[in-house]
Amino acid sequence: MDVKDIIKPENKVYSKTSVLTDNVMHYCPGCSHGTVHKLIAEVIDEMGIQDKTIGISPVGCSVFAYNYLDIDWQQAAHGRAPALATATARLFPDKYVFTYQGDGDLASIGTAEIMHACNRGENIVVIFINNAIYGMTGGQMAPTTLMGMKTATSPYGRCEELHGKPLKITELISQLEGTCYVTRQSVQSAAAARKTKRAIRKAFENCSQKKGTSFVEVVSACNSGWKLSPVKANEWMVENMFPNYPLGDLKDR
Amino acid sequence: MAEHILMKGNEAIAISAIRNGCDGYFGYPITPQSEIMETLMVEKPWETTGMVVLQAESETSSINMLYGGASCGKKVMTSSSSPGLSLMCEGLSYLAGAELPCVVVNVVRGGPGLGTIQPGQGDYFQACKGGGHGDYKMIVLAPSSAQEMYDFVDLGFDLAFKYLSPALILADGVVGQMMEKVELRPMKDRMSNEEIAQKYPWATTGKTPDRKQNVITSLALDAAVHERLNDKLQAKYKQMEEEDVRFETYMCEDAEHVIVAYGCMARICESTIDQARAEGIKLGLLRPITLFPFPTKEIQRLTPQLKTIMSVELSAGQMIEDIRLAVNGQIPVNFFGRLGGIVPSPEEVYEAFKKEINK
Amino acid sequence: MALRGAIVVDTEKCKGCSVCLVNCPTNTIALAKEVNSKGYNYAYMANPESCTGCSNCATVCPDTCITVYRVKV
Repeated sequence: MDVKDIIKPENKVYSKTSVLTDNVMHYCPGCSHGTVHKLIAEVIDEMGIQDKTIGISPVGCSVFAYNYLDIDWQQAAHGRAPALATATARLFPDKYVFTYQGDGDLASIGTAEIMHACNRGENIVVIFINNAIYGMTGGQMAPTTLMGMKTATSPYGRCEELHGKPLKITELISQLEGTCYVTRQSVQSAAAARKTKRAIRKAFENCSQKKGTSFVEVVSACNSGWKLSPVKANEWMVENMFPNYPLGDLKDR
Repeated sequence: MAEHILMKGNEAIAISAIRNGCDGYFGYPITPQSEIMETLMVEKPWETTGMVVLQAESETSSINMLYGGASCGKKVMTSSSSPGLSLMCEGLSYLAGAELPCVVVNVVRGGPGLGTIQPGQGDYFQACKGGGHGDYKMIVLAPSSAQEMYDFVDLGFDLAFKYLSPALILADGVVGQMMEKVELRPMKDRMSNEEIAQKYPWATTGKTPDRKQNVITSLALDAAVHERLNDKLQAKYKQMEEEDVRFETYMCEDAEHVIVAYGCMARICESTIDQARAEGIKLGLLRPITLFPFPTKEIQRLTPQLKTIMSVELSAGQMIEDIRLAVNGQIPVNFFGRLGGIVPSPEEVYEAFKKEINK
Repeated sequence: MALRGAIVVDTEKCKGCSVCLVNCPTNTIALAKEVNSKGYNYAYMANPESCTGCSNCATVCPDTCITVYRVKV
């Protein structure tokens, strides 16, 4: 059978969802952001909630998330996305409101906002991209940077004396009464990406059932920040990040 | 007949918010304005008008809740006092940059730092010259009575939505705490979500197939785009100066000297004017109601007939800079102010005035 | 019965990150010697006869530049 006989509309099994725009993403080659964007877009498409979804984008590489997902967006100040989401979800209780935040945004400058939004059980979805580094500002140490990991602001490796140990924010979040679903996933493989998509779908479904805050961490690679090739970065992530940030559900009720 | 109720200035803010179709209040306790959120919690407007009231974890969060709520096209407000406003300056800059309407109340106390819980006017610069980063301004309304506390919530929202800009009510501890008779104006309904989507097509109400996505942001990395955004903001501030300057004068028609004072100090200075007039001194009062836009033109109109002009403030000389700019060196600009939360008597102001003109 | 598949790569959007390559269970994909206008060696179907249309490549593609087709033969 010739390839041109296979490539026909009736044989199409996977194509870009229309919730993703045609814009070329500004992310580095192999960046996990693009994959997670796609998974969120696919969930929105499959649930038919494009007209009811409001995204809150952070400060960081994903500040431009609004260029890629064709929904209404609010772009927040650094760390404050959960505060925007709180008001939006309370004023529009029938909408699907989600924040999309990196580790610097969520686990450093925005700890107060994320803790209290989760503790109040705001009816929102939080997508947390943890790549253990500040990507956009040029690879500085993040609260989730691993011990010994070299970054622009920990050039000799993260050490406990100077920087303290990595902040396991998701474990903290899972302790809060307001959260209904707290999970940690990844997107380096097709199987992992499919699991993450199911987690995101569940989080959005929790939203429609008004169950409280759903928190989906995606352990991600920042190959530019880590100074590795995209494929090597994913391997490094599996080897080094997963032991510190083990995948799986921390809470599901 | 209109209903009149005796209430504190702070309570008037809360009652007015409920009665003027406010959709959401987000705040954090701080003296001397905690009665605003306390009154809202007692009134439970979520059971009547559907208004959302939430105690946030910080002033930083409350102002960002306003950013979220305003992005939805909702009428949202917060209130705080000086140290809280310092925390909100980041958010106010973002709200101004993203062109979002909201009402923020600052019941000013003495500063700097933790300062004092007594009244002050030391936040004039912060309110009128920006406060946060970047080239932005806000509408600044200065109430001097409980009635104006009530009325300026509605006026604040009107102006905030007219210009898509934050509007600040710059009150002080005296106006917030004193009890006065307040006339309740007719109720205004909250807008429905459908009305909001129609009236504010920029709002993040959910992207429907018939329109492009709405994005609320203050970010523009392209220099040309960013300059255009700034030019648009500046044009707005110019329009505010053309269309929305508000002030009151008292005995200025034949005045040879004028005191400029706002908020509680304007109330006190009215008695100073009466004392001066009783002694045959032609003293008048100009009370700016909008501190930005400042009544520059009115001061310029009065200047040719005046021998002196004096700024009376509960600060170390902040508003005086705007008066000097208006007067432009044509007549002496004098100053009297008390700090630390001390509110001077009319007599004290009068003595200070006489000392200056007899120099 | 077997599954035959094919992929179409948006070569202008592809950044040549190779994540699809390592996720392909049948070694169908390789990076082209040629580059696109951005200078990236883009992914292409090097061994078309081995593709089963499993969609793993498209699922992990960060830039969503792969469309997948599949037939039963």
